Amino acid sequence: MASAQVVQGPPDVDTQPAMTREGVLWRRRAAVLVRPVMLGVVLLVLYLWVQAQTLDSIETRTLSPARIRLDLWQHVRLSLVATALTITIAVPLGVLLTRSFARWIKPIGLGLGNFGQAIPSIGLIVLLALWLGIGFWSAVIGLVAYATLPILRNTIVGLDGVDPALKEAARGMGMSHLAVLRRVELPLAVPVILAGVRTALVLTVATATLATFIDAGGLGGGLITGIKLNRPTLTLTFGILAAVLALFADWVGGIAEEVLRPRGI
Amino acid sequence: MENWVDVLNHAIQHIDITAMAMAIAVVIGVGLGMLTYRRPLPASLATTTTSAFLTIPSIALLGILIGPLGLGTANVLFALVLYALLPITRNTIVGLSGVDGSIVDAGRGMGMSRSRLLWRVSFPLAWPVILSGIRVSTQMIIGIAAIGAYVSGPGLGNEIFHGLARFGAVNSLNQVLIGTGAIVIIALLFDLAYVALDRLTTSRGIRA
Repeated sequence: MASAQVVQGPPDVDTQPAMTREGVLWRRRAAVLVRPVMLGVVLLVLYLWVQAQTLDSIETRTLSPARIRLDLWQHVRLSLVATALTITIAVPLGVLLTRSFARWIKPIGLGLGNFGQAIPSIGLIVLLALWLGIGFWSAVIGLVAYATLPILRNTIVGLDGVDPALKEAARGMGMSHLAVLRRVELPLAVPVILAGVRTALVLTVATATLATFIDAGGLGGGLITGIKLNRPTLTLTFGILAAVLALFADWVGGIAEEVLRPRGI
Repeated sequence: MENWVDVLNHAIQHIDITAMAMAIAVVIGVGLGMLTYRRPLPASLATTTTSAFLTIPSIALLGILIGPLGLGTANVLFALVLYALLPITRNTIVGLSGVDGSIVDAGRGMGMSRSRLLWRVSFPLAWPVILSGIRVSTQMIIGIAAIGAYVSGPGLGNEIFHGLARFGAVNSLNQVLIGTGAIVIIALLFDLAYVALDRLTTSRGIRA
């Protein structure tokens, strides 16, 4: 295998200009900024386009800065509360399911989770509203139920991926089971868990657009007003705002993955 | 009695649009993967673009597409195809680039042409991974198709939105429950079909 690699290996690596460490860092920093700059340009174009339209009274009202701020705030609040709750539920649950005494429930838990994923988001949210009443908390519960699986799955995968030899070594050093979990297993699993959190965050921001169907607000409001009353300007504006917010959340999640990753991994 | 006919019709429509969207998405997604997997830059461009599609909230994309495509099936179909692309494209790239280089070399040593190598060696070896991407996509768009009913799309979403429109009325809960339950059943049926397809189509040499 090694000899084969030498034979058809890449052309002489040394001839390429050496990238300094600072250079690499700079390029990575610049690459990180591409997304927000692009999203900013999209918003600017959207703003100019809306300014150029003649708006009727419904459109003017729905597109007022105060209304957009309110929708945006409701959307962000829904997403953040739901994501925070999802993390507090899914990570401990994942930890619990990977302990040796609970091994046998793990496939059942994951199976249930996968089955739950087949429930359409809109059906789940409407059912919750019919059951618990319309409003903020029904929407939050729906979002949490929907986003739990990615974090749960990644917590389990991350913890299962920790080298058993490392756990043995930590035990051998006299650490208690809890200390091994806290100081060895969890830090090593953090990158995988964070990837799950990022997926869940984006899923939540996107699904929160449906919250308006059960009167829980958010950017979906202007969007469905536009569809219902046949106002393409509203549909397009709020559709793009929702999409931009979701792409921005994904970007924030990506940064969090980089920043929160423990040193040394 | 008529209600059940309605539900059945919606269920068939739901299966229809899912199957249609998947057929188109498989052709595009697998093609995109095959064209790009050899070079890192196009490959990462393909996955970042398709993953950006997936980030866009479904009701937002459906609303935006009313402009060019109007209300109805075409709109929903287009959106579903876009959403289905990422898992298929990514898994095609991962699957094909995961094929052991020495096997490809052996094929080349036997005198196989590049395209023959792809179709007879790399593709069959990557197929289980590609199929699992197709499976993930299908599960996802079955749920998204429900939202399509809001822009006059076909399928079981109509049951859910009718129930929602009559919020609190007698039977509104039942209607939403039936719509949602039927979608879950369809998702499970598709999943079973994929398990069977996996058994039938996985090359004998790599079957577990």
